[in-house]
Amino acid sequence: MMDGKINIILQAEELSSDIAFNFVADNSAGGIVSFVGTVRNQTNGKKVIRLEFEAYEKMALSEMRKIAEEAIKNFDVFKIVIHHRTGVLQVGEIPVVIVVSAPHRKAAFEACQFAIDTLKETVPIWKKEIFENGEVWVSAHP
Amino acid sequence: MKVKILAFGITKDIVKNNSIFIDLNEGATVADLKNKLESEFPKFKALKSLLIAVNEEYGNDDLLISSSDEIALIPPVAGG
Repeated sequence: MMDGKINIILQAEELSSDIAFNFVADNSAGGIVSFVGTVRNQTNGKKVIRLEFEAYEKMALSEMRKIAEEAIKNFDVFKIVIHHRTGVLQVGEIPVVIVVSAPHRKAAFEACQFAIDTLKETVPIWKKEIFENGEVWVSAHP
Repeated sequence: MKVKILAFGITKDIVKNNSIFIDLNEGATVADLKNKLESEFPKFKALKSLLIAVNEEYGNDDLLISSSDEIALIPPVAGG
């Protein structure tokens, strides 16, 4: 039932916000909201060289799909895309793209915020920050 | 019973492998597994959290484990 409304991808190749946008575009949509995550060049003043993303792929895909289904159930939205990358990403590259279309902007904003916030809590993807002199698994320790 | 446990993220560094085998009693639960892991690998106790996935779903502490389950260690996630 939700099949044509949801597009979930986890891939090592570069993400395209255009492809994501085109999936959700719809003549009955009054607005499209997107969140594009990008790799930042520093954390707490320490220069970041690159990030490494690792996923428990099968479970990550099913948790991403749950988020999309939940978004469609709870907000008045048409379509949702959740794309995430794995592997090594350089500063400026895109680890995540979430795009939502809806009849009205409020639902699109809310669903997009819900999706990225929930992704960061439930989807089994891990991120290692590589600094000039050291590396750390993000959020692993209190 | 011997169960295979997949490791990801920092847990891979802690167990120094992509997977490990752990001996559990028949009828063991997710909580039993966590206790066993924490005693064999004390570094797990320093993590912000450690969840266990059973057949690709987060498992509650009282969930029973069987040797045919796919079990994975889920340290704090950090996607996005």
